Amino acid sequence: MKSLNLTRKQKKELTRILVALVAFLTVIIVDKIVNLASVTNSKVGWLLPFFLYFAIYLVIGYDVLFKAIRNISHGQVLDENFLMGVATIGAFALGIYTGISGKDVEGFDEACAVLLFYQVGEFFQGYATGKSRKSISSLMDIRPDYANVMRGETVEQVAPEEVAVGDIIVINAGEKVPLDGVIVKGSTTLDTKALTGESLPREVGVEEEVISGCVNMTSQIHVRVTKVFYDSTVSKILELVENASSRKSKAENFITKFAKYYTPIVVCTALLLAIIPGIVTRDWYSWVYRALSFLVVSCPCALVVSIPLSFFAGIGCASRHGILVKGSNYLELLNKANTFVFDKTGTLTMGNFAVTAISPEENKDEVLRLASIAEQGSSHPIARSIIACYGKDLTDDYAHTNVAGQGIIATKRDDVIYCGNEKLMIENNIPYIPQDGIGTVVYVAHGDKFVGSLLISDEIKPEAKSVISKLNAMNCNTVMLTGDNEAIAKSVAKELELTSYKSSLLPQNKVENVEKMLADKKKGDVLCFVGDGINDAPVLMRSDIGIAMGGVGSDAAIEASDVVLMQDDLRGIATAKRIAKKTMAVVMENIVISLAVKALIMILSALGITGMWLAVIGDVGVAIVAILNAMRVNRKKSKY
Amino acid sequence: MKKIYKLEDLDCANCAAKMERNIAKIDGVSQINVNFLTQKMTIEADDYRFEEIMDEVVKVCKKVEPDTRIIR
Repeated sequence: MKSLNLTRKQKKELTRILVALVAFLTVIIVDKIVNLASVTNSKVGWLLPFFLYFAIYLVIGYDVLFKAIRNISHGQVLDENFLMGVATIGAFALGIYTGISGKDVEGFDEACAVLLFYQVGEFFQGYATGKSRKSISSLMDIRPDYANVMRGETVEQVAPEEVAVGDIIVINAGEKVPLDGVIVKGSTTLDTKALTGESLPREVGVEEEVISGCVNMTSQIHVRVTKVFYDSTVSKILELVENASSRKSKAENFITKFAKYYTPIVVCTALLLAIIPGIVTRDWYSWVYRALSFLVVSCPCALVVSIPLSFFAGIGCASRHGILVKGSNYLELLNKANTFVFDKTGTLTMGNFAVTAISPEENKDEVLRLASIAEQGSSHPIARSIIACYGKDLTDDYAHTNVAGQGIIATKRDDVIYCGNEKLMIENNIPYIPQDGIGTVVYVAHGDKFVGSLLISDEIKPEAKSVISKLNAMNCNTVMLTGDNEAIAKSVAKELELTSYKSSLLPQNKVENVEKMLADKKKGDVLCFVGDGINDAPVLMRSDIGIAMGGVGSDAAIEASDVVLMQDDLRGIATAKRIAKKTMAVVMENIVISLAVKALIMILSALGITGMWLAVIGDVGVAIVAILNAMRVNRKKSKY
Repeated sequence: MKKIYKLEDLDCANCAAKMERNIAKIDGVSQINVNFLTQKMTIEADDYRFEEIMDEVVKVCKKVEPDTRIIR
């Protein structure tokens, strides 16, 4: 019992159910052996089993009857308690009818059992829902409980909300980082798993930023708070995830609508089923009985609980993988997404420049060394990338001359290094070997002799190719938008096997292009825009689904997009799509199973093939199955 | 004004849906979400008579599910 973690209310319920179950089994066994109705051998013999069963019925169902009466007085007629009450009391009445009319007494045991099963089902349903809810929420549990603030010499433990910007907080090993800030003392390793899904811990030291929601793993650090709790990363994320289920998907809206009409329709059908065939056949007993079985399945609970739970599990699962989904509707859309539009720089590529080729190969070091000497004083990204690639110390005793639009000439007495584009080579009459790679080419000459060239280009992210091919395999269009020229765009598109690309776009052209794609798409197509969220907010907002990458710490990205990848890793897109697919599959399964079982029960009951027993077992059974099914989305073991 | 309330003992999903439907009908409520899973209610209503509206909300909830408490 302890391992079940029941609340006090649940324990009470369980005890009541067990007591009633034992009593019920005793009575029914005795009844089957000696036939209680014939024990007293009189005309009112049916009274004995009636009182025994009715006593048990009251034990197990007094709350149902109580709620039914109370809710009617509140004007809630079609309430599930009331309907269960009518169904079971009706079954008792039918039993009394058989007793009075002198037939074999039947129906008391069934009436009692139906309510018993109903309660068992309700109990399990409540337990399973509570458990699922907790297990999903606990995965998203990144909320810090307290902060240790330095007040002069002493350290005080306060609620994170009470800490002001500029305060120094102490974070011990094993504690959560409560607020965003900068380390002022100490260095440590941070576990960012709960926040970004990244399992590799992060090393941080003095002057580096820490983000709330991470766990401090190794040693104590002192942090100067830069944001109040309400603006910190952790509250932004929690707010987002908690509000996610308020943006409802089409499936959920369907269920809400369905639930509204389902109960009245079932009740009306039950009424008609009792009255019309009753009048026609005059066999009131069996038609009323069949109608009562209908009332047993009149609660749309299985659907109403399991569909939102499935989406909740999907959103929970995504956030465990460092993907924030702003609403269940986006999960639904993501499943259907078939066009992925990518921004190039910073999304498909690293957005930094790097030396990707040096020729001639055999003289690599010399080319790099000379180029580094020449570029040393420059802060241009290209110069920085060359120096970063060389990575060794340089003696700076050259005089640098900047030739606008051409490059740099570095001189030390007679020693001259030319470093720049082909114009610089032509201008100085240096015969050079043209390099025809895609990107920026830097030619290097020593004296009047050509030494070699460097190719500098924006690096494609290592995971980009596999993600694009996965998306292509899922029959998605992959489109790249870039401000770069045709040659660069073409080579990147070819390398990544993109379906199409648009080059030489100004920022405003990107919006126009996406709008054109949105206008041209067929009904049912879903367009997804993936960007870094920094300068493409308008496009993110305009598209069906805006996915921002590397969202940790960027409010603008979180604001403008619908899905946020906490980590700057494209693989999150494929993961998100797979989670969406799984969630929708489970949602569809649950809708179909629940409706099919209910319809089947109604048909079988109407035809008189099955009784109330099966109706109640089927009804609560399918609810539990649907809840368990919903949990499949968020199983720890499943890989996405 | 938008406010979020915690709900206690909301144990039936259908009731949550019913509450949502009935609260939406209250005059002055512009947005309502009764979340069975997070056991929270998000309500957006006219500023100047928010308390009045909340009293009405409590009444409506009591009608649907008397066991459920809104923690104000």
